[in-house]
Amino acid sequence: MWGCIVDLTTIDWLIMLLYFVFVLGIGFALKRYMKTSKDFFQAGRSLPAWICGLAFISANLGAQEVIGMGASGAKYGIATSHFYWIGAIPAMIFVGVFMMPFYYGSKARSVPEFLRLRFDEKTRAYNACSFAVMTVFSSGISMYAMARLIQTLHVFDSLFLKLNLPVGWIFHFAIILSAIIVLGYIFLGGLTSAIYNEVLQFFLIVAGFLPLVWVGLKNVGGWNGLKASLPAAYTHSWRGMTNAHTNPLGVEWFGLSMGLGFVLSFGYWCTDFLVIQTAMASDSEESARRVPLIAAIPKMLFPFLVILPGLIAIATPALTQHAMNQAPTLNAPARPQSANDLSDPTKLGKGLIPAKVDPVSGKVMTDGKGNALLDYDLAIPNMLLHYFPTGILGLGLTALLASFMSGMAGNVTAFNTVWTYDLYQSYIKKNAGDAHYLKMGRWATVGGILLSMATAYAAVGFNNIMDTLQLVFSFVNAPLFATFLLGMFWKRTTGHAAFTGLVSGTVAAIIHHGLTLPADAHPGIHGGWITVVHMYPSEMAQNFWTAIWAFSTNFVLTVIISFLTKPRPEPELVGLVYSLTPKPVEHHMAWYARPKNIAVGLIAMLVVLNLIFK
Amino acid sequence: MNLDLRIPMGLLFTIVGVIMSLYGFFTRGSVIYERSAGMDINLIWGVVMLVFGTTMFTLGRRADKRPRTQPAEGTSRPMGHGGH
Repeated sequence: MWGCIVDLTTIDWLIMLLYFVFVLGIGFALKRYMKTSKDFFQAGRSLPAWICGLAFISANLGAQEVIGMGASGAKYGIATSHFYWIGAIPAMIFVGVFMMPFYYGSKARSVPEFLRLRFDEKTRAYNACSFAVMTVFSSGISMYAMARLIQTLHVFDSLFLKLNLPVGWIFHFAIILSAIIVLGYIFLGGLTSAIYNEVLQFFLIVAGFLPLVWVGLKNVGGWNGLKASLPAAYTHSWRGMTNAHTNPLGVEWFGLSMGLGFVLSFGYWCTDFLVIQTAMASDSEESARRVPLIAAIPKMLFPFLVILPGLIAIATPALTQHAMNQAPTLNAPARPQSANDLSDPTKLGKGLIPAKVDPVSGKVMTDGKGNALLDYDLAIPNMLLHYFPTGILGLGLTALLASFMSGMAGNVTAFNTVWTYDLYQSYIKKNAGDAHYLKMGRWATVGGILLSMATAYAAVGFNNIMDTLQLVFSFVNAPLFATFLLGMFWKRTTGHAAFTGLVSGTVAAIIHHGLTLPADAHPGIHGGWITVVHMYPSEMAQNFWTAIWAFSTNFVLTVIISFLTKPRPEPELVGLVYSLTPKPVEHHMAWYARPKNIAVGLIAMLVVLNLIFK
Repeated sequence: MNLDLRIPMGLLFTIVGVIMSLYGFFTRGSVIYERSAGMDINLIWGVVMLVFGTTMFTLGRRADKRPRTQPAEGTSRPMGHGGH
């Protein structure tokens, strides 16, 4: 049983408790600085670039990301790093060098507000509504995943048994505890609090995972030992990428670089207010431009921290003491594994990764051919439990908890800003005093947390709801980047065109999903619910191509309709469109501080990393 | 404005570092370290955390004592015509 393994001692509890005390303490310490709505929602636009930079990647580094990347590392190997190297760095460079001057310089307080300045009210309303709904759901998903993980790892079991409380309450306890802590520190310190805690989480993740990789690598005989014990495809990120059928991701290089590297990644890093809000909180436009570039450096190295543990988990000789008969934590798909005995999930596992067990029947789950499925989501948690003795185990678990909570917090602060500025101030109560909006922001935080809790409980009842929601989000997000790209770099783009393009892009994504199906899937939630006209080798390929279709539809329609509608007069677009805005001056900065030079350095590093791990 | 993050963060890492390294020191050679490839990971990593924490704390305190010379707020981009 897992419960026998996670014997947390006083020292582990102490470390966890210290973290909670500091997190709330930071909130209390910041409370006296929260005098205006600008302090609360935008951190007073006064934070240094390095803090915002680390918060920029931390906002994205929720625990689902950490656990998902570890799982993906165990499943696909180092090719997972494409999600970082292709799927993040180029977009981060682009947003820093080219787009940030418009976000920061336009004085917009949120991304939807930028859309109103550049286009019109309806485009902003559409974006603000869909974004607000998404943040609340994402925060709820984070909450649900955390409560399930705490339940599965039996973190609180011994505590509950000691206090004579029913173990069945642990799920509720985890939800309520995380809600109270996140609510507490955002209510008190607003965005500053959320950003500070994201930075704290960044360092905790590094402090918790660096020794994990070190000990793990030492145990499997270093990088060479790891390479020797895994198939070659695991340690080479580009092998077999010319054809979708010869690499583990099931995607060819064009789909990968266009779908992930361009549409999805630029759509996320360049337009999602969840990450952009941290850059907009910095103290000057120069800092704001440096924020994503500073963030790109650790982001580039993060595969070694979060993906490598997945590979080590597969390569670790045997599942010595980690028998388990628990339900899987998250709903990740797993790959088949050949096996002959279908009763013991430990024996059927691979390295530290056990076979997946059906939570209802308690039996090992198998694919169509009778092979056991692996529960890859347990890669990271099992690594922590396997390699960490008590003491540092407390640190590792704290890092994981911290990333769940800061994932929630980023969503909640994005929600309260968009709700208060873009919906409440714009459509409900227009001309109230600043103190009123500050108060509204605080209550929006409470509302956001309550809605997150409702989402978390909805996920318990209807497991499919999570998959469905994520699918819907992907339809809404996929076309977004085309709108921003045209809006910022083509002065002819009109509001009617942007709005129509955006909506049609989403419709195109839905239609594409309804007409295609990944191999081995049945028509339904995975696609093909209209009729199947094309099969993709993997779900990932289908996702990438859905995004490509959505983006292209939006792009083409926006251009056509722009030509048919009347553009805004040029003087109104100064500061919003590239060709009409004075270029940022860089020559007074030291050479190493100039955004363009940093960008060139980053690209060079990216090329070197890809060559090393090709 | 504001509280310098390095102060509370430095403090947290220092305290956790002290706890871990003390615990590691008193559990030297314990069987619990079979998990971590025989290394006393609590002592080693505790010291690393301690050094990181005190460095952060010191940097934060030093910056906090120094008065600010220029206003930190707003954009410093020299705008041409039609700016703000």
